[in-house]
Amino acid sequence: MRAMVASLKHRSSYFWYQLRRSPMTMIGLGIIIFMCLSALLAPVLAPYNPDVINLRARLQAPSMAHFFGTDEVGRDIFSRVLYGGQQSIGVGLFVAFVASFIGTIIGCFSGIFGKWVDTIIMRIMDVMLSIPSLVLTMALAAALGPSLFNAMLAITLVRIPYYVRLARGQTLGIREMVYVKAAQTFGASRRHIVQWHVIRNALPPIIVQTTLDIGNAILMAAALGFIGLGAQQPTAEWGAMVSAGRNFLIDQWWYSTFPGLAILITAIGFNLLGDGMRDMLDPKQKVK
Amino acid sequence: MQGNQAGQTDELVLSVENLHIEFPIYKGAVKALNGVTLQVAAGEIVGLVGESGSGKSVCAMMGMRLIPSDSYRVTRGTIRQSGKDILALSEKEMRAIRGSEVSMIFQEPMTALNPVMKVGKQIINVILQHQSISRAKAREKTLGLLREMYIADPERVFDSYPFELSGGMRQRIMIALAFSCEPKLLIADEPTTALDVTVQKQVLLLLRERARKTGTAILLITHDMAVVSQFCERVYVMYAGAVVEDGLTRDVIKQPRHPYTQGLLAGLPENVKPGTPLKTIGGQVPDLAQLPACCSFMNRCGRKEYICRNVPDLLPLTSDPSHKVACWIVQEEDERNAR
Amino acid sequence: MPDNRLVSLNDVHVHFPVQKNWLGQVKSIAHVLNGIDLHASAGETLGIVGESGCGKSTLAQVLMGLLPPTRGKVSWHTASAKPNIQIVFQDPQSSLDPRLPVWKVITEPIHVQGGHSRAQLRKIAGDLAVQVGLREEYMDRYPHEFSGGQRQRIAIARALAPNPDIIVLDEPTSALDISVQAQILNLLNDLQKARNLSYILISHNVSVIKHMSKRMAVMYLGQIVELGPTAGVLQKPAHPYTELLLEAVPDMTGSFTMNGPVDLPELPGNRHLPRGCFFYDRCRYRDETGCHLAQPLRSLDAEQKIRWVRCYKNIYENSIRAESTETSV
Repeated sequence: MRAMVASLKHRSSYFWYQLRRSPMTMIGLGIIIFMCLSALLAPVLAPYNPDVINLRARLQAPSMAHFFGTDEVGRDIFSRVLYGGQQSIGVGLFVAFVASFIGTIIGCFSGIFGKWVDTIIMRIMDVMLSIPSLVLTMALAAALGPSLFNAMLAITLVRIPYYVRLARGQTLGIREMVYVKAAQTFGASRRHIVQWHVIRNALPPIIVQTTLDIGNAILMAAALGFIGLGAQQPTAEWGAMVSAGRNFLIDQWWYSTFPGLAILITAIGFNLLGDGMRDMLDPKQKVK
Repeated sequence: MQGNQAGQTDELVLSVENLHIEFPIYKGAVKALNGVTLQVAAGEIVGLVGESGSGKSVCAMMGMRLIPSDSYRVTRGTIRQSGKDILALSEKEMRAIRGSEVSMIFQEPMTALNPVMKVGKQIINVILQHQSISRAKAREKTLGLLREMYIADPERVFDSYPFELSGGMRQRIMIALAFSCEPKLLIADEPTTALDVTVQKQVLLLLRERARKTGTAILLITHDMAVVSQFCERVYVMYAGAVVEDGLTRDVIKQPRHPYTQGLLAGLPENVKPGTPLKTIGGQVPDLAQLPACCSFMNRCGRKEYICRNVPDLLPLTSDPSHKVACWIVQEEDERNAR
Repeated sequence: MPDNRLVSLNDVHVHFPVQKNWLGQVKSIAHVLNGIDLHASAGETLGIVGESGCGKSTLAQVLMGLLPPTRGKVSWHTASAKPNIQIVFQDPQSSLDPRLPVWKVITEPIHVQGGHSRAQLRKIAGDLAVQVGLREEYMDRYPHEFSGGQRQRIAIARALAPNPDIIVLDEPTSALDISVQAQILNLLNDLQKARNLSYILISHNVSVIKHMSKRMAVMYLGQIVELGPTAGVLQKPAHPYTELLLEAVPDMTGSFTMNGPVDLPELPGNRHLPRGCFFYDRCRYRDETGCHLAQPLRSLDAEQKIRWVRCYKNIYENSIRAESTETSV
């Protein structure tokens, strides 16, 4: 027991050492923590209720009363950005984790079973991958009906093939490893091999991809919201807010800018973290 | 060849003096080399023997300064090639030396050769890098080199890709590449470890023949004592980053003096009756990141005394100055017996 | 001679199609094993020597049941008539899953068969670790936290977990330092005595084979060219290939120079097998009379039938040898 704790402590302190060596990754992590906390603590931090209409304070420039200004019905944009974080970041996390979970399982089994199972699955994935993802997502979202939940579903579905391909590629490599051949010599079933060997060795690039995808999913949800397929009014969602602010861009720059900045910064944060994790998990850089 | 007296430095193709190198890491530094002194004179064949962690590969790489300079620190000592201090040279100057004055062959020829370029082209590129001759002349020279490697069909091999050739053939290509500019020193880092034993013999014989022809000295790095005994005139034994014994091969192998060398040789299956337990050296190699300030072999040595708390110097034996040992006890004994 | 044979291979051939044309018809075949006759008995070590291309890795796979023979039979003479055979691979780094804690690595073979709880498995792992010279407390660590020699011990513990009758040792010490090799070989010998294990030791290192095995076989191009008691084969090789191999082994006890011809024809590929003796191209004793015929494995001793060679010349009787390298017993 003590050995396990000691080994865990050593590995986590090493993890922080690696993290400290890369300032960009630390910045990314910092951004993410900041944005997530502000979204989670929106009820505490937001000075106003995001849905309250105040027609007397319409389209006001940023000021001490309204840090990010107000929109065309007088709602405080700062509060809406904070609450919007819950929607946008929530969507990002859901999409990335669900898509990677489902995609990894399908990909691993496809890789292990091989032959015609693999062929059928991969051809289906090829079909999905051949359509530009934005177009496919929009089409799916439109077919399902405009709502944030349907947008989430559409984005998730379209992301799954990437994970299937990634996981399958990893599986094909792991299948040739000596320790898998060793497992075969003791009569291990394919399920055992996937469970014990494939999944845990395939994870590093999948983790990296998932982290990067959170940022991408946020962007995609914002894109859908921008064209009206995602969150519907009056829900505060960054993409929808940017879209609504289009009409006011010239004179009331703050309307689209702040939600847009929120999208930008959050996506950068996840990208930096994802890149950093890829470098950390790269076995060629392993220093004992 | 009576090599390693303190001879004139310009006769020494390679001279490493008390080299200490460390690699900074998380929480400290790995002391990879802790006092390596070795010399290779022109035309000699010298062996460098050690196990993993002994620092022999670091030595090999440092012979051509192949380790990126921001990952290590030289804390003491020098490396000279034909008198030139290579630690002081710029990268550009090093590149001029690599291939022309010093060359190297590695254990895995597959990774050392460019897999997407035909073999002949690779050799020509090396030649043209260091000699200003025409391409046609370089091609002729390459074909001649391949023939000298006892390759029966040089034109076919010239036009092949590395993956089309066998391991032994690739190693011959490596040797051809290495000798193409007739260097003064060839560093061979475990060149035959990955080869079959019959191919190993051919490759080693080829190396020796070529080296004799061009007057190239060879520094052969290996863990295989038997190869050293057959191939090298002198041998250096390394342990925990330092040379612990050196001398003529037959002296070191027939009469090893350092306890580590003795333990190493005693543990070889050749030296016991089949089925009987092999003699092992107790304990483990010290952690190079936490090297104690005493004799690095002390914790595994059968003969420890108070004096071993000081790091031993590599000193010649009184009875045989060409045989050097880094052990206080052995030195003292030898001195007493010589009187 | 008590016949406590555990496994016999009879005329085992293994062929793979390597190239198929666009119609799916096979264009060329790799003939990896071309008639192997072997057996292994309890409590003894059978050494197998050969160079790359001789088929020894494929032989290991056939023994492990990973590859069915294209022709011929593998028969098991164990009590249950089912194979209870385990394998220790050459590279301890790649043969252990780097992301599994060591106790899981060791007990995987029995976990797969089912019937043990997690706590039981941990206990078994601990016991096996002690038997191979590792400390019980290290069972939660990961393979990369161990040295090469320790990892090979882990691999040996894993092989011991299902209480096998035979262990195939595929170059068990080739990737290890020589001081570690000594420890591992001692461990293997101790385990063999304690458990009456049978080993099939595949190695290119002749001194290891000499140290560990009572009987040895020499393989060339998928065939066994010589088979017999180790001492006999090494001191008086009866096949020209064995002789060539032994001459190439650098010898520390003999003279300190290396002489011999530098050029030698390369090993022929296994796509197109030679018609007569497989070793014809490289044999220094070849003649135009008998060598064009396929050579069967002949017995050199009519009564005991323990010494076999695939060459009708029987060179050691006629003492035609180029340069002798005496390997002392």
